Amino acid sequence: MNTQKTLYLAGATSDMALAIGREFAGQGWNLILGGRDPQALEPIRTDLEIRHNIQAKTVLCDVAQPEKTIAALEAIHPAPQGMVCAIGYLGDQKKAEHHWEEAAIILHTNFNGCVALLNAFANQLELNRNGFIIGISSVAGDRGRQSNYIYGAAKAGFTAYLSGLRSRLAKKNVHVMTVKPGFVYTRMTEAMKLPAIVTATPEQVAKDVFAAYQKGKDVIYTRWFWRWIMLIIRSIPEKLFKKLSL
Amino acid sequence: MTASWGLYPSITTTPTYFSSESELKAQLAAAPHAIPRGLGRSYGDSSLGEAMLCTTRYNRFLAFDTQNGHLTCESGVSLAEMLDVIVPAGWFLPVTPGTKFVTLGGAIASDIHGKNHHIDGAFSNFVTQFNLMTANGQVLTCSRTENAELFWATLGGMGLTGVILQATLQLKKIETAYIRQRTLKVPNLAAMMDALETLAKVTYTVAWIDCLSRGDALGRGLIYAGEHATREELPPQLQATPLTLPAKSKINIPLFFPKFALNTLSVKAFNALYYGKVRAKDSTAIISYEPFFYPLDAVLNWNRIYGRTGFLQYQFVLPPETSKAGLTDILTRITEHGAASFLAVLKLFGPGTDQFLSFPKAGYTLALDFPIRDGIFEFLEVLDARVAHYGGRIYLTKDARMKRETLSLGYENLSTFATLRAQIDPTHHFESLQSQRLGL
Ligand SMILES: Cc1cc2nc3c(=O)[nH]c(=O)nc-3n(C[C@H](O)[C@H](O)[C@H](O)COP(=O)(O)OP(=O)(O)OC[C@H]3O[C@@H](n4cnc5c(N)ncnc54)[C@H](O)[C@@H]3O)c2cc1C
Ligand SMILES: NC(=O)c1ccc[n+]([C@@H]2O[C@H](COP(=O)([O-])OP(=O)(O)OC[C@H]3O[C@@H](n4cnc5c(N)ncnc54)[C@H](OP(=O)(O)O)[C@@H]3O)[C@@H](O)[C@H]2O)c1
Repeated sequence: MNTQKTLYLAGATSDMALAIGREFAGQGWNLILGGRDPQALEPIRTDLEIRHNIQAKTVLCDVAQPEKTIAALEAIHPAPQGMVCAIGYLGDQKKAEHHWEEAAIILHTNFNGCVALLNAFANQLELNRNGFIIGISSVAGDRGRQSNYIYGAAKAGFTAYLSGLRSRLAKKNVHVMTVKPGFVYTRMTEAMKLPAIVTATPEQVAKDVFAAYQKGKDVIYTRWFWRWIMLIIRSIPEKLFKKLSL
Repeated sequence: MTASWGLYPSITTTPTYFSSESELKAQLAAAPHAIPRGLGRSYGDSSLGEAMLCTTRYNRFLAFDTQNGHLTCESGVSLAEMLDVIVPAGWFLPVTPGTKFVTLGGAIASDIHGKNHHIDGAFSNFVTQFNLMTANGQVLTCSRTENAELFWATLGGMGLTGVILQATLQLKKIETAYIRQRTLKVPNLAAMMDALETLAKVTYTVAWIDCLSRGDALGRGLIYAGEHATREELPPQLQATPLTLPAKSKINIPLFFPKFALNTLSVKAFNALYYGKVRAKDSTAIISYEPFFYPLDAVLNWNRIYGRTGFLQYQFVLPPETSKAGLTDILTRITEHGAASFLAVLKLFGPGTDQFLSFPKAGYTLALDFPIRDGIFEFLEVLDARVAHYGGRIYLTKDARMKRETLSLGYENLSTFATLRAQIDPTHHFESLQSQRLGL
């Protein structure tokens, strides 16, 4: 067992992040839980320690405060070997169309903030010439749709960022994996009515992510069929696409 | 649609889930009437209501002291999840029901009992403290010394005093994950009761009764008696890893069985098979804790074999003085009526806590299933009258249909419970379909 290895979960209060964390913990990885609310993180921490017989610590991770978040990351010793970045904010598309503030939070949380955090971590890994980054982007970044294109734009940016980062770090023995989930039952989608046949549980996503990590995949869709759904959605001519109400 | 294990009654509302105290507080404030709900393994309407506050996402382990066996969890953690954690560390549940798919909160709220009630008492004996969110959103710590009245009222209180948030249990030390099981084949009720009393020093005992047999064979069945096996008692190949968890294999019943699947004949065949399968009069074996405590859990959703209309479970306890006469009377009526029961389980109880609504008290308890058919409700009212006649009471967590009069004949502490509730929850913010029906 790799009892020495440590994984940093950015957005540890996310059900998806937590499920992925459990896959790693099941293999003996220790966890660093990055989040904004220490009170919310504490029961998650004890739970992981007790169920998986590992060590877990909490650390401040709020991308609205990038300096503090980066300082806290750099203060972790020994440094974690891997990071899962599950930070995300769906926001309110309609509100964001009329209030720049909402749009800014969506863009900052899903893009700028994640870039700030991953830049800092990537530099650490590059120095050590070892490690990995798993970035949770979204199928929403594959094509802008009227219902959530501000979020989608930020995720598209994040996908492009991860792709560039992958090619930079590939030469340094550091692996970057992009995860594009379709619909997943989590707190983010709680209020939405999702079509059951194409919606995954966080546990299913976590199994896909962990298996892909072990195989060293670059980009995955989860569940797998989203690759084909998105292929179709991307291939609809713009002339037609703009008339649809997706 | 929401229903509990008996699939009757069912309602169209669905539960809401919370994962923090603040989310619960908001949900509680938003509903004029609400009831906590765990895994819905109660059989009837105990955890059904206008609004249901489901704990299954409030399920984190908070502290586990592997030295002294103190375990603290959020109330939505299931006993199944606990076993996965505690058994490998050499600990076991101090009291466990016949399924591991119940939550910690549900176990406290029903003050559940296990096969060791005659030795160890009910779940309440091992609950050292808990936090409770009451109707006004306040969180109170309850133990034998702090808010003691509320502590006892909540044990068996069926969710009517508030939502149990976190609770601490005293676990039981074990050397192995195995049980030394003795199986006895017993020809009739009198022999059954004698045997259970002879075995009263054995930690776990339970009897399975074939309630289709009549006359001289009335009450024939099997007794399963068990002790936690010591390491030396294990076969050599198991001694190196005595605390390994049993493998998880599940059979799912995906479809509802059609009605005819469960006519008297098929139950008869099943019962004869089960009773007949055991050839020896008295045999001993070392088996995993899983088949000993949770034989039915291997078949997920077995409740569906009764069909969509569901079934009623009927569990009562009779005091020692009237047990023999009462059980003979009631079993005779059941066989005559032919209201086939798939399962009939007989246990000997030790003394109860005598507190508020906690069900167990000294005597014999019998639990039966009745598929819902014409005439079953009337028949159970006849049984209610017999139970009352013999000084017994009916288990609330299994009930979906009893009348107020039956309840008040069986539970002596109803008025003290009502007084306490009037103090902490005068508007009956916490209310289930059951508490409405029974005027609890
Ligand atoms: C196959 C089977 C075998 C069983 N064997 C036994 C047995 O041997 N002995 C025994 O005693 N019972 C037995 N039971 C009954 C079961 O143990 C109880 O009904 C138990 O309460 C179910 O727990 P739950 O989490 O499913 O709760 P639910 O069924 O959801 O709720 C049960 C009650 O607990 C309350 N409740 C739930 N969570 C909380 C909370 N957090 N705070 C406050 N109140 C709460 C609810 O309001 C409700 O009144 C058995 C049930 C089945 C299906
Ligand atoms: N659910 C889906 O259908 C779906 C589909 C595709 C992609 N995704 C992506 O999957 C990832 C996980 O999301 P989820 O579905 O599990 O939803 P979630 O529970 O809402 O997770 C979002 C996470 O981001 C954190 N976060 C938000 N703002 C932050 C900030 N300023 N600084 C640091 N952390 C912040 C949240 O923390 P708090 O608890 O403190 O708010 C939470 O941990 C996200 O990247 C999401 O975009 C989800």
